Amino acid sequence: MATIEIKNLQKTYPNNHYAIKGIDVSIQEGEFVVLVGPSGCGKSTLLRMIAGLEDISGGDLFFNDKLMNSVHPKDRNIAMVFQNYALYPHMTVYDNMAFGLKLKKMPKAEIYQRVTDAAKTLGLTEYIDRLPKEMSGGQRQRVAIGRAIVRQPDVFLFDEPLSNLDAKLRVQMRTEIKRLHRKLRNTMVYVTHDQIEAMAMGDKIVILKDGVVHQIDSPINLFRHPQNKFVAGFIGSPAMNFVSGEIVKEEGLYFVTQGMKISIPPPLQVSMEKYLGKSVDMGFRPEYVYDKGLEKERRLSTDVEIEILVVENVGSETYNHFRLNGMDTIYSYRSSSSNVHIPGEKLTVGIDLERLHFFDVETEKSIL
Amino acid sequence: MAMVYLGPFIFSVIVSFSDNKNLINQPGQIVNSGWTLRNYIYIWKDLPFATWLFNSVVITACQTVTNVFFSALAGFTFAKLEFRGKNLIFGAMLASLMIPGIILIIPKFLIINEFRMINSYPGLILPGMITVVNIFLMKQFFETMPKDLVQAALIDGCNYFQMFWKVFIPNSKPALAAVAIYTFQGTWNEFMWPLIATNTSEMFTLPVGMASLRYELLTDWPAIMAGTILVSIPTLIIFIIFQRYFVQGVASTGGKE
Repeated sequence: MATIEIKNLQKTYPNNHYAIKGIDVSIQEGEFVVLVGPSGCGKSTLLRMIAGLEDISGGDLFFNDKLMNSVHPKDRNIAMVFQNYALYPHMTVYDNMAFGLKLKKMPKAEIYQRVTDAAKTLGLTEYIDRLPKEMSGGQRQRVAIGRAIVRQPDVFLFDEPLSNLDAKLRVQMRTEIKRLHRKLRNTMVYVTHDQIEAMAMGDKIVILKDGVVHQIDSPINLFRHPQNKFVAGFIGSPAMNFVSGEIVKEEGLYFVTQGMKISIPPPLQVSMEKYLGKSVDMGFRPEYVYDKGLEKERRLSTDVEIEILVVENVGSETYNHFRLNGMDTIYSYRSSSSNVHIPGEKLTVGIDLERLHFFDVETEKSIL
Repeated sequence: MAMVYLGPFIFSVIVSFSDNKNLINQPGQIVNSGWTLRNYIYIWKDLPFATWLFNSVVITACQTVTNVFFSALAGFTFAKLEFRGKNLIFGAMLASLMIPGIILIIPKFLIINEFRMINSYPGLILPGMITVVNIFLMKQFFETMPKDLVQAALIDGCNYFQMFWKVFIPNSKPALAAVAIYTFQGTWNEFMWPLIATNTSEMFTLPVGMASLRYELLTDWPAIMAGTILVSIPTLIIFIIFQRYFVQGVASTGGKE
C-alpha cells in the first residue's frame, strides 16, 4: 500500500500543448480515488504519469514520500488495468497473469499459488487454460484485473476499464471492483469519463477539465457543494439546470429572470449582497423541482410556470424536459413514475430553496 | 488465363523429360519424342549442381532468417517506440525505395569489393540481409497491434527487447511468414547480384549456374529445363506449406486483442 503525493504536476508536449497544467492531489493509503472529466481533460495522461508511462514535464510525484519522477514503471510496484484489456493474445489466462511474475523470476510454486488464488477470487478458475480470444469482454477484463492482483502492487491503476463493456456488465463489474477494493484495501486510482461510475466508486473524486483540477471531494460533497459551474453541471444526471438572471432588492434579495422571481435563501443573503444589480447564474437540480400541486412540505420558491416538451419515463422515475417562459433553453425536472406528465402539459412548479446554487458570471465560481 | 501462366511451365516440364535435344526448336515433334530421366541425371552427376544448390540454400537461409529478424525488429521500433528523428529515418528509408535497385548494383559491388568479399558467402549474403520493403511491411503490421500491449508489458517488467521477443513476435506469425516467403522467393530466384558478385563456378547459385549452362551447352535445352524445374520445386513447396499463413495474415490483421 502506498500514499501518492502529486505536487504541481505538469505535462507539456513538444508542440507546446499543455495537457496537465500544474495539478496537486494527495491520495491516502488504501483510498479509492477517481479521476473524472470530459474527454481531453488530461485524466488518462495524469494516470499514465503516475504509472510512469508518460514523462513528467514539471512538478513532483511521490509514492510513500519517495520521489518517483524518473523511476521506471516496473520499479514503481504498480499494476494497471487498461480499457482494451491489453491481454497478451498468444498466452492463456494463466500465462497472462503469470507473465510479470515470471519476468521477476519468482519461484514457480509461488506463481502458481498467486495465480490460482486470483483466479478463484475472480471466478476464473475454469477458464485458466483459455486464450483471451475465447472469452467474453467481461471475462477478459477480469483476467486483466487478475493480472494486476497477482503482482500484489502498492497501487492499482485503472484506465477506463469498463468503457468497452455493455451497460449491465459495467454495473456488475463496478461492484466487483469495489468489492475487491474492500478486500484488498489497496490504494486505487481509477480513470473514467462517466460521472455516475465516478460517484458510485470513488472515496474521493478529482474533477479535471483542460488539464486543471476543478474540485477534489467526496461524491456527496461534489453533488451538494460544487465549487464552480463546471462541476455543478458535470456531476448529476440529468445535469443541473442553469438560468441567468439579476439580483434585486425588495424586502429581501431576489433572483429575477424572465417570469421567475426567487427569494434568496437566508444563509446566502449576506454573500449575495455584493451582487446586487448584477447578473448571476442560478443552478437547480432536476431532482429539486417539485410539482406545486403535490409537494406541500418543502420550502419551495414562488410559482414557476412551465410547459412540458418531452417526457422520458425510465420506469423508476420520469424525466420531464421543459421550457421556461418562452426561453430557448431546455430544462429538466424529475418526477416520480407515479406522476407522469404528458408533452404540452402546463404545470406550476417550485424549486427547493435550500438546494439552490448561485455562480459568479465571470469566474463561474460558486457564491457561498 | 491459367493456361497463359501454366503453359510455359508445362512445356518446360515436357522438355525436361524429353530425349530430343531439338524439341525447343521443333515443338511439333512433342508427340514423337521419347521420354527419359537422362537430363536430370546429367544435371546431378555431371554438373556442380549440388554445390550450386548448397550455395543457394546457405544464402537463402541466411537472408531469410536475417530479414525476418531485422525487419521485425526495425518494424517494431518504428511502430511502437518513440525516439528522436524517428520519422526522418523512416522517411529516408522509404525514399530509398524510389531508387531503382539496378542503379545500386555498381556502388554495392564497389563497397563489397573494398571489403574483399567478392566471390564469398559474406559478399553474397550481406547486401540482402535487410530489406526496406520488409521493414515497411512489419511496421504496418505492428501498428495494427494496440499500444496498450507495450504499456502492459512495460508495467509487467519487460525491457524493450523482451517486449518485442515475448509479446510482439509470438503474435506476428502471419506477417513474419509473409516476410519469410517473400524473402525466400526473392533470394532463391535472385540472379543479378550473384552473377556480379561471383566469378568462379563453385560460388554460383542455382539461377546463375543454370544460366551458365546456356553458354557452355548451347543447345542442351532439356538439361536447362530439368535444372529450372529442380530450382523451382522448393519455391513451390514453401508456397504450398505457408499458403494458409497468407490467408490467415489477411484475416487476422483486423482485430487483435
